[in-house]
Amino acid sequence: MANPDIQPSGASGVSEDAAIQIIGMHKWYGDFHVLKDIDLTVYRGERIVICGPSGSGKSTLIRCINRLEEHQQGQIIVENIELTNDLKGIDAIRREVGMVFQHFNLFPHLTVLENLTLAPIWVRKVAKAEAEEMAMEYLERVKIPEQALKFPGQLSGGQQQRVAIARSLCMNPRIMLFDEPTSALDPEMISEVLDVMVSLAESGMTMLCVTHEMGFARKIANRVMFMDEGEIIEQNEPEEFFNNPKSERTKLFLSQILSH
Amino acid sequence: MPVVEPFVRTEHCPDLPPPRGQTGIVHWIRVNLFSSPFNAVLTIASLYLVYVTVVPLFTWGVLNADWTSPNNLDRACQSEGGACWSFIIVRFNQFMYGFYPHEARWRVDTAFAILVISLAALMIERVPYKKYIGLFVIVIYPFLAYFLFLGGGVLEEVDTGQWGGLFLTLVLAVVPIAVSLPFGTLLALGRRSEMPIIRSVCICLIELPRGVPLITVLFMSSVVLPLFLPPGTYFDKVLRVLVGMSFFAAAYMAETVRGGLQAIPRGQYEAAQAMGLSYWKMMGLVILPQALKIMIPGIVSSFIGLFKDTTLVVVVGLLDMLNVITAATAHSNWLGTNIEGYVFAAFVYWVFCFSMSRYSIYLEHKLHTSH
Ligand SMILES: Nc1ncnc2c1ncn2[C@@H]1O[C@H](COP(=O)(O)OP(=O)(O)O)[C@@H](O)[C@H]1O
Ligand SMILES: [Mg+2]
Repeated sequence: MANPDIQPSGASGVSEDAAIQIIGMHKWYGDFHVLKDIDLTVYRGERIVICGPSGSGKSTLIRCINRLEEHQQGQIIVENIELTNDLKGIDAIRREVGMVFQHFNLFPHLTVLENLTLAPIWVRKVAKAEAEEMAMEYLERVKIPEQALKFPGQLSGGQQQRVAIARSLCMNPRIMLFDEPTSALDPEMISEVLDVMVSLAESGMTMLCVTHEMGFARKIANRVMFMDEGEIIEQNEPEEFFNNPKSERTKLFLSQILSH
Repeated sequence: MPVVEPFVRTEHCPDLPPPRGQTGIVHWIRVNLFSSPFNAVLTIASLYLVYVTVVPLFTWGVLNADWTSPNNLDRACQSEGGACWSFIIVRFNQFMYGFYPHEARWRVDTAFAILVISLAALMIERVPYKKYIGLFVIVIYPFLAYFLFLGGGVLEEVDTGQWGGLFLTLVLAVVPIAVSLPFGTLLALGRRSEMPIIRSVCICLIELPRGVPLITVLFMSSVVLPLFLPPGTYFDKVLRVLVGMSFFAAAYMAETVRGGLQAIPRGQYEAAQAMGLSYWKMMGLVILPQALKIMIPGIVSSFIGLFKDTTLVVVVGLLDMLNVITAATAHSNWLGTNIEGYVFAAFVYWVFCFSMSRYSIYLEHKLHTSH
């Protein structure tokens, strides 16, 4: 069964402070109970990989963390701010939390550089020159500085997703959420995006990744979580999780995704 | 043994010309006009139709037409079976300006010249400082035009009762469209709002004008609106019509904008929200710029519609171009010139509408190919 009190594995950079605390959280879409009694604590510097069958509520869970979806019961506390209807709190949390989407969601009418500087300039009120300098640094980090003046439509999927990651990083977030960042990519582009995510993990970023890239999970996760039908069924360190799954549903799921 | 030099071609063999009958005008005619007996009949029938329509039209409009601009109006248009363009020539200025005082007409010309030059500068890609030109058009130009048209201060005052002709037509078309862009956008955003009161108010403001013909809106604004104002307030007739037409145009614009907004994928909203952009910044920086590109054809076509609908102001007694022309044909000197008048009016409307529709096609094409 779910074990919300699991302690950080003691791996490097994981602190005792909670970055995200979710307590007894429920969410409904109309009559449909999509998230059921979720308890989850994410410690600062921790990397969590969430997997589970399609429709199990993984996206909904991480979208509740930055209020793209509203929860109806329970508490979500991010960086010591509780998510309520208070718009100031929501804005403050969104400044601390970056999100990367399955379909990149870059702004097609803006150049790569403008995509990166938009939020720093308009939300954090950074001067344009400074924002551009910072944007170029992040583009170097995701290894595509030469694409700065192109439009998103001119880039490959892998390049677009790396731009999307850089765009989130430009806001200097303390937490990064990833919703299946590689599942819309052609196979040969997956590794360039995963490489960026690995280097981000090594820099100590707190990360919540919904992904079925199990190699990636083994490499960087402190904890792997399995969700099904709106519940967290099982969570554990990667080795234990993959080699010794407890629940039948986890075993079935792992056998399905590892078989191909 | 004699040495046989092997044959090696050292240069490219030139292309042979195609056989006769595969190219040239004869070939084109054969393929496009006479490819089958049915097509041949159609071609001949069409040629006949062109002959019976164009030849009389040409005879009437050009060969037998009277182009003089006579000093003595009694002697104008004596020729039989031809168009009387003298009518248009003599009355041209009135068709353009209505009863705007002669000595002040340069003000109208100046205002329109400034507008045309600024808009052209905005439309031509190479022109720099677009931001400042745009700001000028939006912020300063309305006051400048107001001052030039109405006068006051150093300029002689011109009452709106003297406005007319193409000048009035353009004012009645441009002002409502300009006003409808921001208001239509606000109405469209309000209609999508999650706040029930704002949403219902916006739905009413959109659906009421859309549910009635423009002519009703014009009647309402010139007859009913004054009833709601405190007695004694003077509310200019042209202004009343402008208010009514702006209201009408904004309602249609709101639906155009809403269509544009609906075409923007949800992911764009979510990415903007996740980055912490506020609602207005998200709309202004991310959503509307993208929606605008989609909306341009719709905006242009509502502009064309409104431009033609300005003729309806005849019901409240304003003399826009068509109505000035109609009035002029009733003058005893020019009886029987209705056809010339209407042909001229149709030509002017067509030139405006056709250029707008070409521009919209050009824009659509450009937006398709660029990013
Ligand atoms: N906006 C919505 N309205 C109603 N149902 C939704 C909505 N979004 C998702 N769902 C439903 O919620 C369930 C969980 O969705 P999601 O979190 O996207 O799953 P996952 O990301 O694990 O595939 C699915 O059954 C989906 O159909
Ligand atoms: Mg999902």
